[in-house]
Amino acid sequence: MVDLHGFGNQLWLGLVVTLELALASLVVGLLLGLLGASAKLSSVKALQWIANIYTTIIRGIPELLTVLIIYFGATAFLMSIASLFGYDEYIEIGAFAAGVTALGLTFGAYATEVFRGALQSIAKGQNEAAIALGMGPYRTFYRIILPQVWRLALPGLGNLFLVLLKDTALVSVVGLDDIMRKANIAVSSTKEPFLFYSAAAFLYLALTVVSMAVVHFLEKHANRGIRR
Amino acid sequence: MDFSIVIEYFPKLLEGAWVSLQLIFLSVFLGGVFALPIALARTSKNRLVSGLPFLYIFFFRGTPLLVQIFLVYYGASQFDVVKESIFWPILREPFWCAIIAFTLNTSAYTAEIFRGAIQAIPVGEVEACKTIGMTKVQMYRRILLPRAFGIVLPAYGNEIILMLKGSALASTITILDLTGMARTIIARTYTPIEIFLAAGVIYLAISMVVIAIFKQVEKRQNSYLGPNLIKVPDKG
Repeated sequence: MVDLHGFGNQLWLGLVVTLELALASLVVGLLLGLLGASAKLSSVKALQWIANIYTTIIRGIPELLTVLIIYFGATAFLMSIASLFGYDEYIEIGAFAAGVTALGLTFGAYATEVFRGALQSIAKGQNEAAIALGMGPYRTFYRIILPQVWRLALPGLGNLFLVLLKDTALVSVVGLDDIMRKANIAVSSTKEPFLFYSAAAFLYLALTVVSMAVVHFLEKHANRGIRR
Repeated sequence: MDFSIVIEYFPKLLEGAWVSLQLIFLSVFLGGVFALPIALARTSKNRLVSGLPFLYIFFFRGTPLLVQIFLVYYGASQFDVVKESIFWPILREPFWCAIIAFTLNTSAYTAEIFRGAIQAIPVGEVEACKTIGMTKVQMYRRILLPRAFGIVLPAYGNEIILMLKGSALASTITILDLTGMARTIIARTYTPIEIFLAAGVIYLAISMVVIAIFKQVEKRQNSYLGPNLIKVPDKG
């Protein structure tokens, strides 16, 4: 292990936090993406509207601003609700929770478009065949639609995950102890910014390479039944 | 919530938005200029020529923009050589550091877009150029680059939107761009939701204008293809 004036260990701990944040946001984002895509494709006008507003707003404002709005906004929001119930102490949501919310929302907005495209390119006959076999709507979705959507959406989702991984650095601005903040702390006590920010860059590169390999593996797995 | 505070500080926010626009315009312009040679080198069949741009693109696309900004702004000052060099007056200014980091970053992404476009041109067109007897320069200037420009437009529009959103990071190195200005106002008034939402609305407005402009340019540039022939690729 590289020592880096004794801060090597700290950077490792930061790496773990970054990974946790990325994976937690991924789960939230995937769920939001599926929900958003279903809403956009639903026949209910109101749902389409909500999904469109959601993706337009999230995709149009900077991720940093989203993180800041959630971090400060959620605190003020929770406090105003709590004061309705007569609780006037200071409440603060953690940087991690705010980060997962903000990055999950961002990932979800882009994933909505990816899932929508994938859902739309699945042949109508698949759905009809499932109904003809007597499957209910939920079973049709889990057994027939979702595995095919997964295959089609994977390349897009893989790209989005790489973007998400890099966006995690933004949460350090509100004080989450990820790679970036650990590097900041190390810089303030050693006065060697180039060394530590390069180390941070290297860690992010390593994460990117590993994620690319995992996505490649998943794609291969998802495509196993497909002839090229 | 008290939205009168937004009205009071709106001119300040617009001031910040103007700084953001300068950042975006300069770095997108410079990034585009640098991206072209990088993309051309990247498409070279010579491994030695294409290797360096590959590493450049790999680094700038694989690390967060925040790290890159900090590397330029804080990192450069670690070396006395830099501090004594003629570049120090530039590297001391947060504004120029942001421009440098953004330019490097966006040129890597743009180079990949250009490369994709150059490679998306049908081989037949290159062969046709050769058959007519065009030189390499003529082929690029008259056929390949104008064709690539048309193919590139939708993805390039996306890249500018990404740069617009990335420009918010300038606030982390003390620049009073739209986000930085919003944070300064909030430090004074403590009304985070109102001010941040107002800033969000301004960002949204800017990105809508960019999208509208690109739609027009695309329509003009690709009109010879007939309607709806170019698909707009999504982010990522």
